[in-house]
Amino acid sequence: MRVLTRLWAYARNTWRTLTSMGTALVLLFLLALGAMPGALLPQRSLNEAKVDQYIAKHSVIGPWLDRLQAFNVFSSFWFTAIYALLFISLVGCIVPRVFDHYKALRTPPVAVPRNLSRLPHHCSTTVADAPADQIAKARKQLRGWRAVERTSSDEVTLSAEKGYFREFGNLVFHLALVGLLVSVAVGKMFGYEGNVVVIADDGPGFCTSSIAAFDSFRAGNLIDGTGLTPLCVRVKDFRADYLSNGEAQMFTANISYQVGEDLTTDTWRDTSIQVNHPLRVSGDRVYVQGHGYAPTFTITYPNGQTRTESQQWRPDDGSTFLSSGAMRFDPPAGMYSSDAEQRKHQIAIEGLFAPTAFLHGTLLTSSFPAMTDPAAAIDIYQGETGLDTGRPQSLFSLDPEMIRQGRLVKQTRVNLKPGQSATLSDGTKVTFDGAKQFANLQVSHDPAQGWVLVFAVTMMAGLLVSLLVKRRRIWLRAYPADSADPDEATAGERRTVVEMGGLARTDQAGWGGEFDRLRARLLGEVSDPQRTTRAENTGE
Amino acid sequence: MPIDETLASYSDLAFKSAIVVYALVFVMLLVQYASAYTRKAEQREPALVGASSAATPQVPGRVAQQPVKPMSERVGNMAFSVLFVALGLHILSIVLRGFATHRFPLGNMYEFVTMATGAAVTLGVVLLRDQRYRGMWAFLLVPVLILMFLAGTVLHTDPAPVVPALKSYWLPIHVTVVSIGSGVFLVSGVSSLLFLLRLAHPAGAESDNVFGAIARRLPDARTLDRLAYRTTIIGFPVFGTGIILGAIWAESAWGRFWGWDPKETVSFIAWVIYAAYLHARATSGWRETKAAWINIAGFVAMLFNLFIINIVVSGLHSYAGLN
Repeated sequence: MRVLTRLWAYARNTWRTLTSMGTALVLLFLLALGAMPGALLPQRSLNEAKVDQYIAKHSVIGPWLDRLQAFNVFSSFWFTAIYALLFISLVGCIVPRVFDHYKALRTPPVAVPRNLSRLPHHCSTTVADAPADQIAKARKQLRGWRAVERTSSDEVTLSAEKGYFREFGNLVFHLALVGLLVSVAVGKMFGYEGNVVVIADDGPGFCTSSIAAFDSFRAGNLIDGTGLTPLCVRVKDFRADYLSNGEAQMFTANISYQVGEDLTTDTWRDTSIQVNHPLRVSGDRVYVQGHGYAPTFTITYPNGQTRTESQQWRPDDGSTFLSSGAMRFDPPAGMYSSDAEQRKHQIAIEGLFAPTAFLHGTLLTSSFPAMTDPAAAIDIYQGETGLDTGRPQSLFSLDPEMIRQGRLVKQTRVNLKPGQSATLSDGTKVTFDGAKQFANLQVSHDPAQGWVLVFAVTMMAGLLVSLLVKRRRIWLRAYPADSADPDEATAGERRTVVEMGGLARTDQAGWGGEFDRLRARLLGEVSDPQRTTRAENTGE
Repeated sequence: MPIDETLASYSDLAFKSAIVVYALVFVMLLVQYASAYTRKAEQREPALVGASSAATPQVPGRVAQQPVKPMSERVGNMAFSVLFVALGLHILSIVLRGFATHRFPLGNMYEFVTMATGAAVTLGVVLLRDQRYRGMWAFLLVPVLILMFLAGTVLHTDPAPVVPALKSYWLPIHVTVVSIGSGVFLVSGVSSLLFLLRLAHPAGAESDNVFGAIARRLPDARTLDRLAYRTTIIGFPVFGTGIILGAIWAESAWGRFWGWDPKETVSFIAWVIYAAYLHARATSGWRETKAAWINIAGFVAMLFNLFIINIVVSGLHSYAGLN
């Protein structure tokens, strides 16, 4: 039993400490501090390659930072712990305050203090009206205040308070903050985004039939890849507008898409998407997030058969769009006697593509991002590309291991303009046909982002209310003047003494003037306000 | 649309003139500071003649001379008038830049710093026009001058159209709100710094070293602290709104409303620090010095976000778009 009591006391104290303001402050600091490495170190969620680079460069500290999840700060155990604790602390602090506020709303303003002259702002005057009339008159002036009159045998008092919305706004702000966190969490769990490169030639495009349809796919824990919003997109054309200095002006992709019902009726809808103007359809968004060139090559085999392919190359230079990439061609079926022979006669291309060619001697570079004078500088290989070896390969480069082993042999290195070709020793002709544009599309799904916005706006509204509304209390006491009072003799008919006092519970600044204006409104011009104003020296 | 070179050069001229006039104001304020100090040193003995009510003769039957406004006050008033010239030039340079580029003039760091410092001075003119704040102006102008000098030299870029990602009606909305918030925090940060200085050298008990001399002409600690709080409760919702507007824009430009881009992260950090400041103001034992330090930390985070994140760390906010 003692142990239980002690445990209970321990738990209660822990809870009190956790929900105290001091702890909240410390947790806020930790949150700010914990987020710091997220800004200073490369993050996996933003750029995986940069993280690998960093770890390779800092061989000692890199792996340690990785173990501490410093490259995944915002999903790390410690960052999660900080904000989880912060939100528990917040809820533990806010929920009791909700009840307190509810109670406060139902409690009449506190009774008049015995000695109003102790208040930082007070005054007293004598008026002609009867105490009850004077109080009633003052009460009428106090619109928007919660006021209560109390009458006793020798005096009538009025207690008035305003600024209840301050606490209300404060509570709304904090509760909306919790709502925001929950919505973000729901969005993360049920949301997904996938990127896919689509060549802008009104080709087959892609459909969100499975994760495999995407080039990269990031999804929440509760998404298994089935049940993605059915959507098909074809890119009819892609236009990039540039200024003469090569600066991009706008990117526009004209697309057609099918969604929901359209898929059964095979209806295609046309639209265009731009940077800043995604397609919003059935809760999902389709963005154009990048673009580049997909060179087209035609292989003419000695027997006259041809194979033509376009494949996206990676833009290596963002300002000139000099791109690099690779292509792999299988010989047509039946050209060689056996599969092994067939495999040994694959054609592979690796090299550079420039949308606007600029040659330093034979070195190709690009001078402008738009396709005005395209050219390709390529190495042509023959042999085994190694695609069926099981070793993963980059889309943009050939497997160096196959080249090193001599299974993929370089035949020639050429610079080609559209229409030009190179002929290999066995009579195979490689023709550069030009290039197509490709667009990198992103499909995003976040079922809760509307709620995130709602809570964010609620939060700001609550914050504004809590910062702008001021809490004020005033009290009035009216009682018949003592007959012995010298005022009575001089003022004649004046026979009620009214005392008034005020207290600013927040935002002291400016309260003095505010009190004076209130006094003028409630009591008229006080002829001889015996009024003192102590220095406004309390905190906010 | 092509850049209007003539307007652009006028904008640059207005900017440079603004810096020069701000510097002039700064010098005048220093003169005021120095003369006020010497005057005080001389006048410590003869007490406060006509300090409270100038009309009351000190000796019956003798007409007291209407006291001439002390030199320092006149220079201070002059400086404050000239300040309006500088602010006018400052705003003119922003407006001309906008007309020269045919877009909202907030497309790069130079334009952002120009806008933020303009917001800071404008807020200062509104909040700090009272005589009792006059002593603060020299200190407010120090960061403004430094920032504008950096903007005019290191950060200056020739006017140019912006990248596609910035071609959105959110640009004026989001960036204006954030730059105004930054300007407000600048005033707040300076107030807190001066508050700490004043706290170490309370009125009437200043030390005899340089800091004491500086503190002597400052408003009292209470006023400075209150000013820091008042500006932060303006800046906090303004900056928060700026972040939310940025998130709304990011949702249509980058495909997600929040992605912990370095700029987003440090904005979050700064906002959390300012939230901590507001909480500290309501926590006993944290109200004064500690709260002021937190406020300063918040401003340091804002500066860090502006300079280090833009220049050293690369991210989506490096004013780059698709290319």
